[in-house]
Amino acid sequence: MTVTDRPAQAPTRRLNTSKAMVEAIAAEMEANPEVFYLGEDVGAYGGIFSSTTGLLDRFGPQRVLDTPISETGFIGLAIGAATEGMRPIVELMFADFMGVCLDQIYNHMAKIHFESGGNVKVPMVLTTAVGGGYSDGAQHSQCLWGTFAHLPGMKVVAPATPADAKGLMTAAIRDDSPVVYMFHKGVMGLPWMVKNPRSIDVVPAGEHVVEIGKARVAREGSDVTIVTISLSVHHALDVAEQLSNEGISAEVIDLRSLVPLDRDAICASVAKTGRLVVVDEDYLSFGMSAEVVASVTDRDPSLFKAPPVRVAVPDIPIPYARPLEYAALPRQDRIEEAVRKALR
Amino acid sequence: MTTDLSARASSTELTGDLRKALFTTMIRSRTFEEAILREYHADKAPGFDIGKGLIPGEMHLSAGQEPVAAGVCEHLTAADAVTSTHRPHHFAIAHGVDLKPMAAEIFGRVDGLGRGRGGHMHLFDPSTHFSCSGIVAEGYPAALGMAFAFSRRGTDAIAVAVTGEGAANAGAFHESLNLAALWKLPVVFVIEDNEWGISVSREASTPIPSNADRAAAYGIPGTRVEENDVEAVYAAAGEAVARARGGGGPTLIEVHTLRLWGHFEGDAQGYRPDLDQVPDRDPIPRYEATLRDAGVLDDAVGEQIRSAASIEVEGAIAFAKASAEPDPATVLDYVFV
Repeated sequence: MTVTDRPAQAPTRRLNTSKAMVEAIAAEMEANPEVFYLGEDVGAYGGIFSSTTGLLDRFGPQRVLDTPISETGFIGLAIGAATEGMRPIVELMFADFMGVCLDQIYNHMAKIHFESGGNVKVPMVLTTAVGGGYSDGAQHSQCLWGTFAHLPGMKVVAPATPADAKGLMTAAIRDDSPVVYMFHKGVMGLPWMVKNPRSIDVVPAGEHVVEIGKARVAREGSDVTIVTISLSVHHALDVAEQLSNEGISAEVIDLRSLVPLDRDAICASVAKTGRLVVVDEDYLSFGMSAEVVASVTDRDPSLFKAPPVRVAVPDIPIPYARPLEYAALPRQDRIEEAVRKALR
Repeated sequence: MTTDLSARASSTELTGDLRKALFTTMIRSRTFEEAILREYHADKAPGFDIGKGLIPGEMHLSAGQEPVAAGVCEHLTAADAVTSTHRPHHFAIAHGVDLKPMAAEIFGRVDGLGRGRGGHMHLFDPSTHFSCSGIVAEGYPAALGMAFAFSRRGTDAIAVAVTGEGAANAGAFHESLNLAALWKLPVVFVIEDNEWGISVSREASTPIPSNADRAAAYGIPGTRVEENDVEAVYAAAGEAVARARGGGGPTLIEVHTLRLWGHFEGDAQGYRPDLDQVPDRDPIPRYEATLRDAGVLDDAVGEQIRSAASIEVEGAIAFAKASAEPDPATVLDYVFV
C-alpha cells in the first residue's frame, strides 16, 4: 500500500479526522487574527460532528461564534466580512440544509469576484457535513457536492483522510477564493458513529498544506482504476485490498476536490489501466460520476479497454431503513461488483 | 469625481450649503439616469428588443427615489459601506461611486466597475465599499458582515443596507434584522417603499401600514418617513447613523418614496391606477421650490448645479462609449482569484 503523503520520519502521531481538521483551523486562527469561525452549535458544543472541538475555549466568543438558526443571515454575514478582507469559516451544519440559504452561496459568495471583474475577493470557507450510512433519513444524509460543483465560482473539497483534512483545511483558509469544505461524518472518527479504521491515521505535526486540485493515488494498481472521493475512498480501498487476494490489481484515486477536478490524474491512471470505475456517494445522474467519465472521453476515448462503470446513489432520496439505505449507498459490495464488471 | 466625501458627515445642521448639497446629489442622480434612459432607448427602435443596443438587458431606474439616497448618504463617508438593490444607481451616486466606471459597467465595457462582467444590477466599488445585489432582500446579509468587520477592527464605520418594501416580506430581511440586533452590529437598514413590487401593490403584499413596525419584533428602533422629502430622510438617517457609530446597534428606517418610472424600462405600468398623477409627485421640482422659497437656490445656482451635473454625466457616458468591449477570449477570467 502506498500512502503518498506520509511523512518520511517519525510517522507516529495519529489523529482522527475531526482533530486534524480542528488542528488546521486553530493554527490558522493563531496565525491570522482575520480568521474566525461561526455557525450553529460551533461554540460550547464544539460542532455537532466535532468540527470545532476546543476552539471556543482557546479563542473565545469573539472569534468562535454560535449563531441563530439563520443560515441566510450568518452565511451572508460571512460573505460581507470576507469582502472586507476578513477570512471567515462558516459552518452549514448539514449540506442538506443548503436549500434554506443557497442564494447566499451560489448567487453571492460564488459570483461576487466574477461580477466585480476581480476587484472584490471573497476569501472564505464554507464547512459542511455530508453523507449517510447511519439512518438519518433523506434530509440529513446527502452529499450534494455535485450540486455545489455544478455552480461556478466556488472550489469544492472533500477530504478522506486525517492528513488531508488538515492539509486541505489549511489551504482552504489561505485561499483567496471561496472554498466549500465538505467533511463526511463517516470519516471524522466520531466515537458515536460507525467509522472506517482509516479515519484515524498519521497527521503531520506543524504546518501541513495540501494543494487544492491535486488528486492523490491512494493505492497503486494496474488492472482497473477506481476514482472516488471522501468516505468512498475507504470503501474502495477495502475492495482493492480484498481483490488483491485474487490477483486483481486496483488503483484507487482520491480526487480530494471536485473543483478543481484533477482530470490529468484521472486520465493518467486510466491510460495505465484502461478500465474505470467511478464511485460517488452523491446522486447518479448529472453528477460527479458522469463528469469523471467525460474527463476521459473528452480527452481520449481510446484509453478505455472496456466501458466505464458508475456506482452512485441511484437517483432516489436516501432511505431511512438500514437495508434500504445500504442498498442505495455505494458500499463495498456494489463497488466490488462494479470492478468485476469493468474487468469482464 | 466631483463630490468631496471627506467634508461630509460632520455637518449636522440644515445649513444652506447642506441643503444645496442634498439637492445637488439628487440632480446628479437624476441627470445620470436621464442620460442612461436616453442611451438605453436610442438604439432599440423600431419596437423594443430588451437585448438590443449599446445598453442591453433589464434596466431598473431609480428616478423619484433620490431623496432616500441623498438623505442617507449625506451622513456617510467612503469608509462606510452601502449594499443596494437591483435599482442601485441613486445610492451608488449618492455614496460617491465614480460615474465613469459605473457608466462603463452599464455599457458592458472593460473600464467598467466589473470589467463588463456585472452589469447595472451588479456594481461593486471597493473604494467606497459600495455593492448591490439583483436578488430581492439578499443584499441585506452582506451588510452585516461588513459592519462586523468594521467593528472588529475598531473603526466607527457603519454599513447601510437598502432594500424595497417588497423585500420586507422575505426571509433574508428578517434573518438580517434578528442577527444584527442580536449582535448589535453598526447597520442602518433602509426600506424604500415605492409602493410597488413590480406590479403588486404594497397593500396586496403587506399586512401592516408601516414596515418600521417590524423593528419592534427585534427590539430595535424603527421609523417611517411618510413624505418623500430629502430633509426628513436626512433627519431620520442622522439619528440612525449616530446610533450605529456610537455602538447602539441597528435601526430600521422605511421611507415612503416614489417609483417615478416603470419597474424596468419597457414596463407599460398598465397595473398602476395612479399613473396620471405620478409626475406631479416628482420630489425634485418640489425640493427645488422649497429651496427657492428659502432663498437657498436661484436661477443662477440652479443652472450651475444642473450644468455641472450634465458635464459630469456626459463625460461619464463618453468615457463608457470610448471604452473597449471585453475580448471574448477573456470570458473565462475572474471565476477564481
